[in-house]
Amino acid sequence: MLKSNKWRDLSRLRFYLGQHRSRLAAGFACVFITNIFLLATPLVTGYAVDSLRESVTREKLASYAAVIIGLALCEGLFRFFMRRLIIGVSRQAEYAIRNDLFTHLETLPVSFFQKNKTGDLMSRVTNDLSNVRMLFGPGVMYTANTVIVAVFAVLLMLRINWQLTLLALLPLPLVSLSVRHFGKRIHDLTEESQGKLADLSARVQESMAGIRVVKAFVQEKHEIAEFERMNRGLVEKNRELIRAQSVFYPTMELMIGFAVVVVIWAGGRQVISGAISLGDFVAFNMYLGRLSWPMIALGWVVNLLERGRASMQRLNYILDTVPEVKDESVTVSNFEVQGGIEFRNLNFAYNGTQTLRNVSLTIPKGKTIAIVGATGSGKSTLVQLIPRLYNAPPESLFVDGVPIERIPLATLRKAIGFIPQDTFLFGETIRENIAFGVESATDAEIQRAADISNIDADVQEFPQKYDTLVGERGITLSGGQKQRTAISRAVIRDPKILILDDALSSVDTYTEEQILRQLKQVMRNRTSILISHRVSTVKEADEIIVLDAGQIVERGTHAELLRQDGYYAELHRKQLLEEELAVSE
Amino acid sequence: MQEEEVLGRAYDSRLMRRLITYLRPYKAYVALALLLILFESALEVAFPWLTKIAIDRYIAAGNMGGLATIAGVYFLLLLIRFGSASAQTWVLQNTGQKIMYDMRMQVFRHLHTLSPSFFDKNPVGRLITRVVTDVDVLNELFSAGIVSIFGDIFVLFGIMVAIMVLNWELGLVTLSVVPLIFVTTAIFRIKARDSYRRVRLAIARINAFLQEHITGMPVVQLYNRERKAFGKFDDINKEHLGANLDGILAYAWFYPAIELLSSVAVALIIWYGGGQVIQGVLTLGALVAFVQYSNRFFQPIADMSEKYNILQSAMASSERLFKLIDTPAAIVNSPEAVVPAQPPGGDIEFRNVWFAYNDDDWVLRDVSFQVKAGESVAIVGHTGAGKTTTTSLLTRFYDIQKGEIRLDGINIATLDLDYLRSSFAVVLQDVFLFSGTMESNIRLGSPIPRERIEAAAEDVNLAPFLRLLPAGLDHPVNERGTTLSAGQRQLLAFARALAHDPRILVLDEATSSVDTETEIQIRRAIERLMEGRTSIIIAHRLSTIQRCDKIVVMHKGRVREVGTHQQLLAQRGIYYKLYQLQYKDQEVGVPGD
Repeated sequence: MLKSNKWRDLSRLRFYLGQHRSRLAAGFACVFITNIFLLATPLVTGYAVDSLRESVTREKLASYAAVIIGLALCEGLFRFFMRRLIIGVSRQAEYAIRNDLFTHLETLPVSFFQKNKTGDLMSRVTNDLSNVRMLFGPGVMYTANTVIVAVFAVLLMLRINWQLTLLALLPLPLVSLSVRHFGKRIHDLTEESQGKLADLSARVQESMAGIRVVKAFVQEKHEIAEFERMNRGLVEKNRELIRAQSVFYPTMELMIGFAVVVVIWAGGRQVISGAISLGDFVAFNMYLGRLSWPMIALGWVVNLLERGRASMQRLNYILDTVPEVKDESVTVSNFEVQGGIEFRNLNFAYNGTQTLRNVSLTIPKGKTIAIVGATGSGKSTLVQLIPRLYNAPPESLFVDGVPIERIPLATLRKAIGFIPQDTFLFGETIRENIAFGVESATDAEIQRAADISNIDADVQEFPQKYDTLVGERGITLSGGQKQRTAISRAVIRDPKILILDDALSSVDTYTEEQILRQLKQVMRNRTSILISHRVSTVKEADEIIVLDAGQIVERGTHAELLRQDGYYAELHRKQLLEEELAVSE
Repeated sequence: MQEEEVLGRAYDSRLMRRLITYLRPYKAYVALALLLILFESALEVAFPWLTKIAIDRYIAAGNMGGLATIAGVYFLLLLIRFGSASAQTWVLQNTGQKIMYDMRMQVFRHLHTLSPSFFDKNPVGRLITRVVTDVDVLNELFSAGIVSIFGDIFVLFGIMVAIMVLNWELGLVTLSVVPLIFVTTAIFRIKARDSYRRVRLAIARINAFLQEHITGMPVVQLYNRERKAFGKFDDINKEHLGANLDGILAYAWFYPAIELLSSVAVALIIWYGGGQVIQGVLTLGALVAFVQYSNRFFQPIADMSEKYNILQSAMASSERLFKLIDTPAAIVNSPEAVVPAQPPGGDIEFRNVWFAYNDDDWVLRDVSFQVKAGESVAIVGHTGAGKTTTTSLLTRFYDIQKGEIRLDGINIATLDLDYLRSSFAVVLQDVFLFSGTMESNIRLGSPIPRERIEAAAEDVNLAPFLRLLPAGLDHPVNERGTTLSAGQRQLLAFARALAHDPRILVLDEATSSVDTETEIQIRRAIERLMEGRTSIIIAHRLSTIQRCDKIVVMHKGRVREVGTHQQLLAQRGIYYKLYQLQYKDQEVGVPGD
């Protein structure tokens, strides 16, 4: 079966299955042995029947009965091991592949996750992996089983009578053929029906997402009519499928029934003519019975293999994606980050758009720098280059004088406390969320970090304190609480470089001031970079940068920039008005 | 969402009774299917009997002609079974489809009676699962679960009757293994169910973990958390593995155990039945028939344990479905709702309106203002002033707690909902487009002639853009209209409003920045929209504000100032500050028209 490059997609499986080589071999040996016992039973039954036509003692009958039970015991024992070994290995391999998929995802850059939808990636790691396991677990097991049963049963039947065997087997190839034929038709129709179902889902999705428009324009009736049309289309397609299915399984039974009729008629004649014994006749019938299931299974197995291969391609898509952001071959050893940062004539393009132009900026170790600018001016991109969420062009970004790409990734990131714009908390306790980025943390350390970001007082009011579960993405916390938790998460790492990417936007100005004051204490001798829309956040910084369309257009201290009377000064004026509005009742 | 996958009990008579009601319209089909199943089961029982006759009467007697006849009968019965089985599958599955169709329509229809607040609380994904997946699970119950259980029971019963008739002594001996089979199956079901439950749980956890960590991957990476996250993932993955290995164990011993018991039955038949054959009490053919019956007997019992899972999923799905169907629609026509004889005039009045989304968290406090027919009003205010809320109350997306809103002097709570909503055209800030064409997005489902759509497109300046497209109005629009620019989406929404020719325009002006050219087009389109209608506009453009007859200034849920631009500027109040903050810059920079 493993022919041509069609199956090359599966070559990766060799590695995972190879680790269980000996257990797999034992499993296949079990397939072999169990079927020998399985196929011996009809033989014994046949002998027993024959013996009844002659004079036979009860003891003799009892011994036949005992042999039949003994054979079933042996058969069952090996079938038990067959399943445990082969399916067990398939589960082990599935486990290993899933772990590798996740580990690989962890090495992939932000851009990969922007390109691929979360739902799609999840489906690969679960559904597709499951299809692949069906291929190398049940798929392979049943294939081996079918082949062995077919070969042995036919040999044993030939031994009884070759003419009868040929006659009886006449309909069986038809069984496999019709499985293939119907299988394909059913497969195609199933796919079409799935497509219709997906369309229907999309329709529901749109109708629900646009419910306000639907209601405002009184379009409910139209929506329902449209849905009804699609619902009817789906049912129509399903009926086609049902038509095929309602013929398919009965056809299988009919074909096998034909074989049985042939054996009753031709076999009966041979018994009468004395060519075979009645016991042979009974045994023959039993062999036919044991052949029928594997024949039907064959068609099913072929579908399993096809589907598994398609899913494997989807797994390979993940596993073959090379991580863009990784340690380069030449890295400096024993490097310790001090915190000096320099952008040197940096240009950066993302998805073909130039987002940063000729940025030169030196941030001495221990200084605080602030960045302001309109949405889309490149502020976030600029700071995201520092922990290498994106790769800066070589030799354009330096930390302590060393090109950033030469610093081991783990060393670099360990020295940075980065608080992204969209706070992402994990659905665990507050304690776990704060201690997220450190190996271990004492209660005192957690509390101190929480204190600095002004979240401790809030936490103390929760009944469960630090063991409060924050819910999916932190849903039980307010926006400000989430941001403050995220700040604690960065602070507890005691970073050499702290980056706040507009991370105080949901915190009121009074709390913000407190947090900034305390951060200032902690960050003495550390480097801080603040991005904000608020003048209040940035005014104390050692230097303020104004970005516009990826370029630095203003720079200086608060006082200097006010004097320049440019973007920053305008921002300042508006802020004063905002404050006035906010307090007026 | 993930917890929903966890299963409850397998049988709930309350849910079952309600599910049965869906069968009622198709009683005849269900009865026919059951009849066919009964027939099929009888045939199933007949085949071994035919073998017995063939052996005893003809093979033993050497009667070749009789043998051919019995083979012929066998063949005929095979064909009949084929026909009956096909018909049964067809009838049953089709009925399942009809029920599924009915349920989907019911759920979807019901969803459209629910008010926007329901959709605020329920994520779209969950609703899709209700309409699509849960209904599918129930179809499985109807077409594969319940009815085939009847088939299994019929066959079991038929075989029991047959072997008792053949020879009741041997029959009893053979049936002596049946209790063992039930015990084995029961043990298996407990073990398998436990592992099945644990597997489902582990999969739900894997999904939740992946969802969270794929979305939060940047944070994982920034905080050097890869190894720890992997450790956690490995734990869940191991749980999944362990549960599955236990499941394998259950299946690995169950099938051989059933086979073994079936062999014990065969051994008993040979030993005891063989003895009877020697004594001449039993014929050889009957013995063979017994062996065949015992083979057919065990499969249905083993199969029934599989049906358990179907039943369990179906109960969980139906519970969720019924819960949705039972959610009452919050905003409905009042019993004494009136449809005024004349078309709406366009007088609007807010009288001491108080509104809160939750409890006492007032978003609007004692809001009163009036708009006369044909007049235009700009509502302005800082973020959180309650502007958008005000407009969604007009169309009864939410019902107010205190006060009264009137259209042409009639309280809107007593107006027919369709009449009320048809009086307005609402253009939201975030334009929602459906997949379809430009035309279908303007028309939606309303019976509007093509010429009026063309005219509307022309009037709002969408036409020049349409002319650039090869298919014009038939140009395809994808989901949410992502291939169109913000400006184009705006113009499309204007065309939609204009084509519906409402008496009152409600416009939430978009704040998104567009190029100067588009800005001018939008400005002209808004002018055209306002012509001859009552207009309520949440305005962000100075040009729009100035064009309105009056300005209502909202602040923190209250109406604070009302007047014209000049009057309000002179007051030096809130409007003055807003003007400084938001509108002043617009006086320069954007070329006027």
